[in-house]
Amino acid sequence: MADTQLTKKYFASDAEVKWCPGCGDFAIMNAVRSGMVAAGKPRDEVAIVSGIGCSSRFPYYMETYGFHTIHGRAAAVASGLKVANTDLDVWVISGDGDSTAIGGNHFIHAIRRNLDLNYVMINNKIYGLTKGQYSPTSEVGQYSKTSPYGVLDYPMDPLKVAVSLGGTFVARGIDKNMKLNEEVCVRGALHKGFSMMEIYANCVIYNEGAHDKLTNKEEGANFHIILRDGEKMIFGVNSQYCLVQDGFGVKAVKVENANQADILVHDEKDAEMAAILSGMRPDNGLPIALGVIYADDRKKTYDDMVYEQIDAVKQKRGRTMDQIMQEGHTWTV
Amino acid sequence: MAENAKLTSAEQIVVKFTGDSGDGMQLIGNQLTALAALDGNDVNSLPDYPSEIRAPAGTIAGVSGFQMCLGDHKIYTAGDAPDVLVGFNPAAVKHSAKFVKAGGMIITNSDSFTEKALEKIGYSGNPLEDGTLSGYDVKAIPMTTLVREALAEMEMPIAAKDRCKNFFTMGVLCWLFNKNKQLVLDFIQQKFGPKATKPLLKVAQANTLAFKAGLNYGETTIMFQERYDLGAAQIEKGLYRNITGNDAAALAIAAAGEKAGLQPFIGSYPITPATDLLHYASEFKDVDLVTMQMEDEIAGICTAVGASCAGNLAFTTTSGPGLALKTEAAGLALMLEVPLVIVNVQRGGPSTGLPTKTEQSDLLQSMYGRNGDSYMPIIAANNPADCFDATFQAAKIALKYRTPVIVLTDGYIGQGSCPWKVPKMDELEDLKPYVNFWIPEAHKGEEYVSYKRDPETLARDWAIPGTKGCQHRIGSLEKDETGAVSHDPLVHQQMTEFRKAKVDNLAQVLPEVEVNGKKSNKILVISWGGTFGAVKGAVDRLIADGKPVSGINLRWVWPFPPNLGEIISRFDKVLVPELNMGQLSLMLRAKFLVDVQSLSKVQGDPFREFEVIDKVNEMLGE
Repeated sequence: MADTQLTKKYFASDAEVKWCPGCGDFAIMNAVRSGMVAAGKPRDEVAIVSGIGCSSRFPYYMETYGFHTIHGRAAAVASGLKVANTDLDVWVISGDGDSTAIGGNHFIHAIRRNLDLNYVMINNKIYGLTKGQYSPTSEVGQYSKTSPYGVLDYPMDPLKVAVSLGGTFVARGIDKNMKLNEEVCVRGALHKGFSMMEIYANCVIYNEGAHDKLTNKEEGANFHIILRDGEKMIFGVNSQYCLVQDGFGVKAVKVENANQADILVHDEKDAEMAAILSGMRPDNGLPIALGVIYADDRKKTYDDMVYEQIDAVKQKRGRTMDQIMQEGHTWTV
Repeated sequence: MAENAKLTSAEQIVVKFTGDSGDGMQLIGNQLTALAALDGNDVNSLPDYPSEIRAPAGTIAGVSGFQMCLGDHKIYTAGDAPDVLVGFNPAAVKHSAKFVKAGGMIITNSDSFTEKALEKIGYSGNPLEDGTLSGYDVKAIPMTTLVREALAEMEMPIAAKDRCKNFFTMGVLCWLFNKNKQLVLDFIQQKFGPKATKPLLKVAQANTLAFKAGLNYGETTIMFQERYDLGAAQIEKGLYRNITGNDAAALAIAAAGEKAGLQPFIGSYPITPATDLLHYASEFKDVDLVTMQMEDEIAGICTAVGASCAGNLAFTTTSGPGLALKTEAAGLALMLEVPLVIVNVQRGGPSTGLPTKTEQSDLLQSMYGRNGDSYMPIIAANNPADCFDATFQAAKIALKYRTPVIVLTDGYIGQGSCPWKVPKMDELEDLKPYVNFWIPEAHKGEEYVSYKRDPETLARDWAIPGTKGCQHRIGSLEKDETGAVSHDPLVHQQMTEFRKAKVDNLAQVLPEVEVNGKKSNKILVISWGGTFGAVKGAVDRLIADGKPVSGINLRWVWPFPPNLGEIISRFDKVLVPELNMGQLSLMLRAKFLVDVQSLSKVQGDPFREFEVIDKVNEMLGE
């Protein structure tokens, strides 16, 4: 398949897309298609695995191999699929409930193993398909059908979890920023190892405006920062804020009050800093980090190691099946 | 003196070893099993250990056991009451003496009967002296003293010397059962000898000395009046190996992958008593077996489903509580219609239950333990060696019908061992014809349709990722023939019927059940899985006694074999002994509307032949 034929349209199936009009998932699907184009595999060598939820309908809309599995288990199914055939470009599409609640265990262990998977977690901070219950990423106080008086649980930050587990690619996008999402998905697709991509999405029906604080034109830019490797961490509607060191953490200060040399420069390979950046929240006076927070492909992938080990054992022991069966105490009658 | 001990020929001998868990009961048991098998006997064995790894030493709770039956004929179980008990300490003797045959032999280490040890188990006197064990032929041997004497010249810690008492005991037993001592000496050399490191060479030397001391003790003391000689059993010619059910299943997984030309894959999570299977299979990297130890049972089966979707021959291994956790994903495999083999080594339930004890109480879970109408074939292994064939057959059916298949074994056959005639890979059935991936080259001018079915098997056309031009979507939702999601009521009706018919159809190609005994009779005893041995042994004995009894064994527990209903109709009464509260009985009653009688036992212990015989006699009014 010549590369010229790999277009976003080439990856689109003809199934009717059944997300609600205005759903953030449309934009994310577009970005994922860009990622697939960048990865350069023909569509019959691409597999998408999803769990259950609105986002998990994703595979049906893609002209690739697709496996719509069961709630929370996409990471585990995809792990088996990838190990079984490492030539495939495997994407997992999941949501905040699917990944961090029912599927939390598989999610964390897939990151820990560093399988070469592209993991897109669409985070709308609500259960949409079951019609509006709070999720582990919902904010304290958020109203939903199961929290009519406000959510009591403290939210989980999936990217902070990913960094703490040694995730090798950690990035965040947001549905309204199409260009950024494409960048994130393309980088994630090209990364060798587990690519954790959290993309904030708006649920127009059950959590409308969940991310307005970040996306509103007037002051949204004051509450998020778009990270770029090697660039100074400056943000704000008028680029008026920057991040500087504050003890073992960081703080946001006005650029005019900062010493230019003190403004932190983003280094994608700095795991310590990634731990801080991934957990920044406006309620702590820090901007939400968008873009690639951490990327380092020096760690071997689990799937590669599986076959390296098989080759090593073949070299060392190299038994045939007959030999194995005839091992131990044998006797002839 | 040696000449005083009479050599009596015996047909079978049941031996039970008991001691502290961690004292090597399983090891010595397995050694005697191997020795007997190497010497031509047929053998069947059953380990019996507590779930605590090291329960307090010298207590009843800490007693670990191993029972075996060796004979000059086909042996189906580890035997009923032991003829010989080897109890290594007072707790072990107290725990197990009651199981021994009246007048049977109890061999024990008299050095272990200290005041302190006796106090621990609530004895005020010494049972070796106060007549407590008067009904038995007690051989109190000062093993610790004798072993230390035999190893006086060896420079090694006392504790290490004391560990050699197992081989001393082997020496006594080798003499008592008239076994070929060279086999044990070779074994010690093989295990601790040539390839071993220096400290192990010392162990080999010490164990050899202890073993010889045991042999000499048997020969030169007047303690034993009789010794036993077992002839060789009539066994099919071939290369044999003693094997546990778990090891046999592990081998079958790798072998099935190779015969199918697919990479074998196990996604699993450790759970007693299935863990040994995963241990052994994890060593087979050189024959391309991929094992993934996952974060939980659910991930275990889900990775297997994923691997199957990619075209590996996928397995997951577990025990009862694990099967409960795998339920939803097993349904996913069924809905995706991809091959998958679930090996379930049953244990006592419900919940955590009796982790180390055997039971057959997952049959209904295997049958009905999923949401929706979700039938899958169930095959049950009869004995340890049969776990190989059962698992291999399961793989074949999974491939041929594109379905998950459950293999039921249990703690008894998973951990028990018996001789296994090692097959040659060339002799095993070629599974490649059942793989039959859909590839465009073989279907010129056709479009791939993911749920188009083979008219005979109803297996769907299966194209794996990477197949040129066949990209498609499948999932857990109901779908039509094209794989497109469908909520059409009639589509769901039809697809549900297809999924059921696929499993029902399998019955037509299953081998007919063979009746042991007359084809029409008063009582039919039905065994399945681990009850095979006890029922076979019991029915053979009843038939020999002229009783109007026949037996059959169900290898495929679902679907039922085609002639089962017809066979049942030819008997007045039907008895099903099961290690559960009557689960197969329930299925048989539902299917054939017959008044099946259930002989139920849930004591963590397999059936003894006499229990089946007593029940049959009761039904015969005798």
